[in-house]
Amino acid sequence: MLTKRIIPCLDIKNGRTVKGINFVELRDAGDPVELAKIYAENYADELVFLDISATEEGRKTLAQLVEEIAKHINIPFTVGGGIASVEDVALLLKSGADKVSINSAAVKNPKLISKIAQRFGSQCVVVAIDAKQINGHWKVHLVGGKQPTELDLFEWAKEVQELGAGEILFTSMDNDGTKEGFANEALARLSNELHIPIIASGGAGTIQHFEDTFKLGKADAALAASVFHFKEIEIPYLKQELKSKGISIRI
Amino acid sequence: MKIALIDYGAGNVKSIEFALERLGYSSELTSNAKTIKAADRVIFPGVGEASTAMKMLKSTGLDLVIPTLEQPVLGICLGMQLMCNYCEEGDTNGLNIFDVKVVKFNNQLKVPQVGWNTIFDLKTDLFKGIEENAYMYLVHSFYVPLHQDSIANSSYGVDYSVALHKNNFYGVQFHPEKSGKIGEQILKNFIEIQ
Repeated sequence: MLTKRIIPCLDIKNGRTVKGINFVELRDAGDPVELAKIYAENYADELVFLDISATEEGRKTLAQLVEEIAKHINIPFTVGGGIASVEDVALLLKSGADKVSINSAAVKNPKLISKIAQRFGSQCVVVAIDAKQINGHWKVHLVGGKQPTELDLFEWAKEVQELGAGEILFTSMDNDGTKEGFANEALARLSNELHIPIIASGGAGTIQHFEDTFKLGKADAALAASVFHFKEIEIPYLKQELKSKGISIRI
Repeated sequence: MKIALIDYGAGNVKSIEFALERLGYSSELTSNAKTIKAADRVIFPGVGEASTAMKMLKSTGLDLVIPTLEQPVLGICLGMQLMCNYCEEGDTNGLNIFDVKVVKFNNQLKVPQVGWNTIFDLKTDLFKGIEENAYMYLVHSFYVPLHQDSIANSSYGVDYSVALHKNNFYGVQFHPEKSGKIGEQILKNFIEIQ
C-alpha cells in the first residue's frame, strides 16, 4: 500500500541551513548535507530544500549544493526557491535534484509549468501555493506570503494541475508558524477536487496534527520544519504513532 | 567492473551515478554503442514522457542496440517501460523485450503515484536478501499489468508488476537509487548477478 509521506523542509541561504537547528549530533548545524543525511537515516520519506538566498551569488552555490546532497543521500528531494526558467530547472535536475518546486514564477508565467512538464515530465514539477483567507476566501499570495493576488486557491490549483504539475505543496499562511495544526478543511477540498497528490504545509505542532492532516485533510504528504529541526517531534516516533493509528506509513 | 549508464538525454542520471559511487563502483555515462556493448553491466535509466524518450533513443540509434545486448541490463522506471512492447503514454512503441503493454492507472486514483510502496512476490537474485513487503520509492502514472516475466509486484488500485526479468534483461519500476539502503542493496545485487 502506498504510504503517507513525512517531509522535513530545510531553508537554505548562501549554501547553509538557516533557522537555529537543534541537532547536538551535528558537527556543523549549518551544513545541509549533514542534516539531510540524518533525516534520511531517520526515515524521512523525502526532503525539501528551499533556497531563500536573496542574491545571485547565493543562488549560484545552490547547484553545487544540490550535487553534494545527491551524492550523499539516498532518498528523493525537491529543490525550490527563485526558480524562474526552464534553464534553472535543467541545471538543478542535472545536478541531482529529483523535483523542483516553483511558486511565484508559476503565477507570473503559468506556461512555465507546462514547459517544465513537457521537457522533464510532470513527476518533477511541484507547484508550491501559499494562500490565506481574506474575508472567508482562500487567496493565493506571493513573495513568501507577503503579496496578495486575486487568484483563488482552488481555481489556481486546478489550473496548475491542468498545466502539468505533478504535485501541489499547499502552505496555509494562516496556519504557518502557529503550531496549531494544518488547514485541513482546505486540504480536504483540494484533495477531493484534484487528482494529483497534495502536500500539506504550515501549522505542524503535535503528532495529532499529522494524524489529522492525513485523516481529515486527506493529505498525501505532510511537510514541516521547526518541529523536526528542534526535535520537538522525532520522525521515527511520529511514524510509529501514526502507524498505530491505522495510517499507512513506512517504518 | 565496467558499468555503462545509457545516455540519451533523459532523466536524473546523476542520482544513479552517485548511488553506484556509494556502493564503490564507478560508471560511465555514454551513448556510444561500442562502449555500451563492451560494458559488464548496462543500466538504462529514464524519467519523463515515453514518446519523447523513445524519440531521443531512436535519434541515437540505441533503440536497435539495447535489445541485442547480452550482458545483464537493468531498466529503471521509464527505462523499464520502454523495454516493453507498447506504452499507452504518447501511443509509443517500445523495444519489445518484454511482451506486455504499459497502461495508465485508473483515474479514480491520485496519479502520478508518488511515494513509498511495498513490493512483494519477490523472485530471482535481484532481490537476494530483500524481505517481502520492503518499501521502494515510486513515481509513475503508467504501469505494467501482472505478467509472466514479473519478478516483483506492488499494489495501487490494482496489483501490478514492479519488476520484470527475461534472459539477461531486468527492469524495475521503482527507483533503487532513491529507495534508501534497501534500494542500494538491489543495485548491488544487480551488479553481482552471475
